[in-house]
Amino acid sequence: MVDIRLNEEQLMVQGSVRELARGRIAPRAAEIDETEEFPWDVVQLFRQQDLFALPFPPEYGGLSGSALTLNVAIEEIAKVCATSALILAVQALGSYPIMLAGTDAQRERWLPDLASGRKLAAYALTEPGAGSDPGGMVTRAIRRGDDYVLRGSKIWITDGGVADTITVFASTEPGTRSRGISAFVVDVKSSPGLTATTIHGKLGIRGSNTAELHFDDVVVPAANRLGEEGEGFRIAMRVLDRSRPGVAAQALGIAQGALDYAVGYARERQQFGKAIAEFQGLQFMLADMEAQTAAARALVYHASALIDQKSPDVGHAAAICKLFAGDTAMRVTTDAVQILGGYGYVREYPVERMMRDAKITQIYEGTNQIQRVVIARDLLTG
Amino acid sequence: MARGGVRHAGELIAEAGRRGLAGLLTPAALGGQDAGHVTFARAVEAVARECASSAVIYDVHVSVASEPFALFGGEELKRRYLPRLASGEWLGAFALSEPGSGSDAASLVTRAVREGDEYVLDGTKMWITNGGEADLYVVMARTGGPGARGISAFLVESSWPGVRPSRPLRKLGLRGSSTAELVLEGVRVPADNRLGEEGAGFRVAMSALDSGRIGISAQATGIAQGALDASLAHLRARGVEISEEASLDEALAAAAPAVSVPLAQMAAQVAAARAVTVHAAELCDRGVPFTREAAIAKLVSTDACVAVAHAAVEICAPASHGDAHPAAIRLRDAKACQIYEGTNQIQRLVIARELLRA
Repeated sequence: MVDIRLNEEQLMVQGSVRELARGRIAPRAAEIDETEEFPWDVVQLFRQQDLFALPFPPEYGGLSGSALTLNVAIEEIAKVCATSALILAVQALGSYPIMLAGTDAQRERWLPDLASGRKLAAYALTEPGAGSDPGGMVTRAIRRGDDYVLRGSKIWITDGGVADTITVFASTEPGTRSRGISAFVVDVKSSPGLTATTIHGKLGIRGSNTAELHFDDVVVPAANRLGEEGEGFRIAMRVLDRSRPGVAAQALGIAQGALDYAVGYARERQQFGKAIAEFQGLQFMLADMEAQTAAARALVYHASALIDQKSPDVGHAAAICKLFAGDTAMRVTTDAVQILGGYGYVREYPVERMMRDAKITQIYEGTNQIQRVVIARDLLTG
Repeated sequence: MARGGVRHAGELIAEAGRRGLAGLLTPAALGGQDAGHVTFARAVEAVARECASSAVIYDVHVSVASEPFALFGGEELKRRYLPRLASGEWLGAFALSEPGSGSDAASLVTRAVREGDEYVLDGTKMWITNGGEADLYVVMARTGGPGARGISAFLVESSWPGVRPSRPLRKLGLRGSSTAELVLEGVRVPADNRLGEEGAGFRVAMSALDSGRIGISAQATGIAQGALDASLAHLRARGVEISEEASLDEALAAAAPAVSVPLAQMAAQVAAARAVTVHAAELCDRGVPFTREAAIAKLVSTDACVAVAHAAVEICAPASHGDAHPAAIRLRDAKACQIYEGTNQIQRLVIARELLRA
């Protein structure tokens, strides 16, 4: 059935991405998970289908730049492969700093290649000692003439080992916490001293590239700074307000994929002489999964629509949908494993992968504990 | 805040009528506002945020007691009753449940026997919101054989002989709204007062409940919002305040996790309740099927409102242990939402049926 919350563009993207995901990505999902190899074929597919254009405005080679359109696409891909969905979400995450805080010249310089997918983007905020508390970061950016010199480490950087264009946050004024942070766009190829170490052995999103970045006196032109010195933290937070509904859309897709699979299984699986779908205990589980997933979707679409309307309430709605959708994905995938029983527990069936993939949505782009702090702060303000 | 025992439903609806709010779902030609279900949901939520008892009085009047007319009533019937309901002159009610027939509504045993131009109704209806105060009841009774197809719907005026509501039942919550048993003893109903065809009563009831669930979801959202309001007011009174410029560090320091974690969960649940409710209402207004979304809205919002009200009682403890504390009232009021207009167990069956049908 047509979702009335979506416009023509969004419905068209939803339909074509759904078909693409089912036909081209779903058959690869188990293998991507198993091998832990970054799926360049999926990147190539996204390029061919112009999916990287989704987060970008038309003047830089994008489509409409609608957050809702993007998140509908992320949801559809995540239904079959969370790792592949993350590639699209992170292209947006890594490009938002330039889109939101870049000058016209900076946008001209970087965005077209990112919108075409010729280059991949990443967003480097977290450090080994600064996760939920990014204000405690210690990576330095030291001014030297027309350049800055970056020194330090970033960790858990999605696509950090495959990206061409990375927005890096570093302190230009140590000791002042968040007020001394600035944002820089680093061109990987022209940045000797930057090394990326891919982190292996993750619980989920195993095909996704997650890296630790080391900056050993990496020289970055001052022209690559986004905004003024000291504006970095505010840029980082504005980006997260925009990107969190994307993570929520990924979580939503994971939940929906697991629910769809569980429904199909429950119809087929016979016990006590009838399909297990006919047992009320199982119907109650399915209904709760459906209701929670539908609620997550309502929140994701709502937050996305607020972004598209340039509403000032985006941060609050983004935190709420991220919290709700992440928790929902975890619960729904766990129940899907339960419905499949022993079959749910083994790798021949996709739901255990979905359960492993769901976990990260409660952790990255602000843990769900941090989302609660953000939400509570909004409630208690003023 | 409504108090138990006060018969104020008629007064409330009369006031709503004066303000042009008593016929939100009634066509304009019949004195209503024809405002649609999104507006209806916003209105019920706004009332429930302050007082859930008033909200359920209002919700029942505007939706299940008035709406079946617009869909199934003949022109004459609509003209006779709807303007009086839409103006708030009359108060409406909806009588489906019976002592022995709740979730299994199709098993109801109240009889309607045709005698010439009339039907004679005999039986007992139960859990009737606005019962004893209403001027007009939509009553489902059996005209045919067993099962859903043997049921017809009738409009019964409270002043007719044999219409005997009980005293209001004493309840856990919603104490400002009257809930009564309705005994029908040889009530003679003109055949013209049948709503729809003979045997269409169950369909009338189910369609009313689809839309009615939007109202209950909105009520639950309002109760949850009211409980969240009460929690914030309590915290502010105790000096917990964060400036608009607060960084996350400062926010973390100001709001103890014991408080901020449940607050955030509550806010997320209220937002989810509102989002699913508005979505179901939009579908309804567009005229597309929304049975599944209405059931989802009812399940999500009413489970949320109990959880949120419960958390509010904890945040506001020990003051919230007082019977009249706003959080305590919300918790007691919230519980009804998981039960009426289809228990949440029934909503789950509806959702599962829709899910497995595709």
